[in-house]
Amino acid sequence: MTARIFHREYEPRAPAKIYMLLQRFLIRLATMLITLFGVAVVVFVVIRVAPGDPIAMMLPPGATDADIARLRALYGLDKSIVEQFFIWLSGVVRGDFGTSISLRQDVLGLVFNRLPATLELAIVALVMAVAIGGVTAILGARERGTAVEAGIDIASGAALSIPDFLWGLVLILLFGVLVPIFDISGRVSPQLDLPFVTQFYFFESLLRLRFDLTWDLLKHMLMPAVALALPLAAIISQLLKQSLKEVLDLDYVVLARVKGFSETQVILREALKNAALPTLTLVGVQFTFLIGGTVIVERLFSYEGLGNMAIDAVINRDLPLIQGIVLVFALLFVLINLAVDMMYALLNPRLRHG
Amino acid sequence: MTINRRELLGYGAAALGVAAVGLPNIAKAAAGELTIAYNVNLPSWDPTTGPSAVNPTIQGLYQSVFDQFIPQKPDLSFAPGLLTEWGWNDDRTKVTMTVREGVKWHDGSPFTPEDVVWSLQRAGDEKTGNPIQFVWKNVNNFKIDGNKITGDVVQFDPVYFKWMSFLTGYIMPKAYYEKVGAEGFEKAPIGTGPYMVEKFERNAFLRLKANPNYWGGKPAFENVTIKFVTDAASRVAEIESGSSQVTLEIPYEEYDRLIAKDGLAGSCKNVSDIGMIFFNNKDAMLDKNVRQAAVMSVDKELLVKRLLRGYGQPIDTLETPEYTAFDPSIKVEHNPEKAKQLLAASGYSPKKPAKITIQTTKGFKPKDYEMVQAIVGMWRKVGIEATIEVYEIAKHYELRAAHKLAPAAFYNWGNAIGDPTTSTGFAMFGPSPHSSWKTDDLDAKIGPLWGEKDEAKRIAGWKAVDKYIAEQAYVLPLIQYAQPIVHAKGVKVVQHISGALLPALMTPA
Repeated sequence: MTARIFHREYEPRAPAKIYMLLQRFLIRLATMLITLFGVAVVVFVVIRVAPGDPIAMMLPPGATDADIARLRALYGLDKSIVEQFFIWLSGVVRGDFGTSISLRQDVLGLVFNRLPATLELAIVALVMAVAIGGVTAILGARERGTAVEAGIDIASGAALSIPDFLWGLVLILLFGVLVPIFDISGRVSPQLDLPFVTQFYFFESLLRLRFDLTWDLLKHMLMPAVALALPLAAIISQLLKQSLKEVLDLDYVVLARVKGFSETQVILREALKNAALPTLTLVGVQFTFLIGGTVIVERLFSYEGLGNMAIDAVINRDLPLIQGIVLVFALLFVLINLAVDMMYALLNPRLRHG
Repeated sequence: MTINRRELLGYGAAALGVAAVGLPNIAKAAAGELTIAYNVNLPSWDPTTGPSAVNPTIQGLYQSVFDQFIPQKPDLSFAPGLLTEWGWNDDRTKVTMTVREGVKWHDGSPFTPEDVVWSLQRAGDEKTGNPIQFVWKNVNNFKIDGNKITGDVVQFDPVYFKWMSFLTGYIMPKAYYEKVGAEGFEKAPIGTGPYMVEKFERNAFLRLKANPNYWGGKPAFENVTIKFVTDAASRVAEIESGSSQVTLEIPYEEYDRLIAKDGLAGSCKNVSDIGMIFFNNKDAMLDKNVRQAAVMSVDKELLVKRLLRGYGQPIDTLETPEYTAFDPSIKVEHNPEKAKQLLAASGYSPKKPAKITIQTTKGFKPKDYEMVQAIVGMWRKVGIEATIEVYEIAKHYELRAAHKLAPAAFYNWGNAIGDPTTSTGFAMFGPSPHSSWKTDDLDAKIGPLWGEKDEAKRIAGWKAVDKYIAEQAYVLPLIQYAQPIVHAKGVKVVQHISGALLPALMTPA
C-alpha cells in the first residue's frame, strides 16, 4: 500500500507524461534520420565498389568505347561516387529515387507497388508466430516439468534450428507436391479478376468480404508465411515460457492460486501481462529479421513482393532499384523499432513514470 | 448452438480432409488452358530497347506477342513471316523487302509497311536506346511502294537480315506506340504475334490469350498462363504437383526423375547455347604449348557423360552442328600424353606445373563449377595447376569488358541465328567488348569477314578462322547444352533449337 501511495504522489501529471513521450519520440526520430542517412551512404558506396558493372552487363556485341562512354553518361555513372551520391540524395529528398536500369520505371513507384505484398506476408507471418509461440509458451508453462513441456522444447528447438527457406522447401514438398493443398508459386491465381484498388490484396479482400479471394490469397500465402513464422514462433515460445515460469513463482501469483483461480486463469489473468513485456521487445526486433527473411522466401515461392524484386535488382546490378529497396527496408526497420520503443514506454511502468 | 472443443477439432479435421480430397480437381488443367512455369522474369515489354532486349532467355515471351521481321523455324532455318521476301541488290547497295498483307495488330488496326519502316528507323536511331543499333544503322532512307520497301545500305553487313530474327529484330506498332508512348506500351503492349497480352503482373505471371486473327493460324491453346518461377526446385514442384503443365531448365537429375513418372514426359534436345572456357592472352596462356595442352587434356565426352548425365554434346569449335559455319572436319583430339609432351617442351610437368587461375560461375549454368573442378583435375594430371576463382556473372561481364579476365574463364555463349559472326566473331575478335583473346594475328583474319559480300566466301572464311583458332588453341570450346523441358503427357511440345520456349508451338497431345 505504501508503494502505491508513493507512486501516486510522484506520478507525473498527464501533460508531463505526454511531454516525456513526445520528447522521447523526437529524440528517436532524430536518431532515425541519422540512421537512414548512414544506411544511404553505406549502401550507395558498397554497391558501387562491389563486383559487377551494370554497364558491362548491357553492352551489345558491337559496342565501341564511345558507346560505353555514352551508356555511362546516360546512367550518370561517369561522375565520381560523391557526385553521384549527392545527385541521388537530392532526388530522394524530393521523392525521386531515380529510374530502374533493368525495368526502366520509376523506382519509388516500383517499390511502393511491391511493398504491400511483403508487408502482408510479414504481418500474417508475425500473427502466426505470435499465436503459435504464445499458445505453446502458455501450454509449456502450464504443463511445466511434464512430457508436454519437453515436447514443446523439442519442437521449438527443431523450428529454430531449421532456417526459414528450408522450412519453405519442406512445406513445398509436403503441401505443394505430396498433398497439394496450397499453391506453390505466386500471390494470387492468375485466372482471377481482382477488384482491388490497393496493393494490400489480402486485407482488402477481407474488407470487401470477398472471402473467395481471401481463400485464394491464403492458399498462396500460407506456406511462405508459415516458413517465416516457425523460427520466430520458437523464439517467442521459449522466451515467453521462461518469463512465465519466473513470474509464476512470484507472491502475487501464489496469492491468485490461493484465491482459487485455476492454473490457466492464473497464467492468462495474472502472469501473462508481466511476462509478456520482454517478449514484446524481442518480437519487435525479430519482426525486422522476419522482413529480411522474406527476400529468400519470396524468391522460393515466386511471391511478388519487394524481396523477390530485390534479388532481381542485385542480379541485374540495377543500382537505383537496389538503393531504393534497401532504403525502404531500412525505413521500415527503424519505424518498427520506433513503434516498439514507444509501445514499450507506454506499457512499462518504470519508463512510463520516467 | 454451441460447439465444444472436441467437435471443433473434428470439424477442422473434416475440413482438411475435404480440402485434400478435392485436390486433384484443383490441379487439373481446364480445357484450352495451358500453364507454364517459366524460369525467368520479364522485366520490360519493349523488345527493342534496354538491357532486357538482349536477354536471350526472354525472347520466347517476346516472340509469343510480337513478330520478328523474319521468323525462324524450330531448326533455326528462316521462314517468311511479316516479311515474305527480303534480299540485297547485286552490288549490295540496296535492300528490298516485301511486306505481308492482311495482317492486323492485336487492337484490330491494320499492320502496314509503315510499321516496318518505323521499326527499322527507330531501331537504328541511337537515341531510342536499341542495344543493337550498330546493326540497324547500316541501312537507311527507306522508301515504300505498295507492300514493297527499299532501303539504302550505309555500310554492308552480311548478317543484316539474320539480325531480323535475332535480338531486337521485332516489328513494333507505329501508330499505337506513338499514341500511348513508352509508358503506355509497357502497361498495354500489343503486337501481331500468336498471343495477346491479357494480364501481366511483373515477377508473378503473364496471361496470354490466343490471337484469333494470327496470320500463321490461331494457336491451339486459347489461354496460356506463364508463371515466373525463378527457383528450379519450385519449378520441379510446380510440374510435379500438376500446377503447371510445362516447365524448363531444371537439373538433369530432376529431368530424368520426372519423365519417369506417370503423366509426365520430356524433351531434352541440344540448343544453340554452348559452354566454353575463354583464354586470355596473358601469363602462361601466351605459350602455345600450354594452351594446346590445356585443350587436349580435357575429356569432354566424360564431362557430358558423368556431369550432364549424357545430355549435351562435346564441341571443338564455337560452332554447333546447326550453325552455318559448322565444319565437322575440325577436330581437337583428347590426348593427355601429347599434352604432357607439349608441356614438357615448355619446361612444365606435373611436378613443376604451369600455374594459372581459372574463373567460373557456380550455378549459373548446369554443373558449371563442377565442370571446372573436373577440368582442373584433368589439367593437374598433365602439368597445369589451376586455382579456381568463383565469381558472379556480373563480375565476368565487368572483367571481360575491361579485358581483365583470368587466363582461363568459364562462360556460356548463345547464338540463336547460328551465324559465325555472332559466335566466333564477337567472342574472338579483339575489338569486341565480349572477347577475351585479343591478338593481331586473329584480328587480321577475322577483320575482312565482317563486310564480305560473297556469302560462300564469307562462310568459308569463318571456317578457316575456326580452324586457325582450334590449331592455335585460343579458346577451349566444351559442350553444346541440351535444354530439358518437362511437360504433361496431354501437351505436345515442339522444342526450338534457339532455346526459346514457344507456347504457339504447343498443342494438346
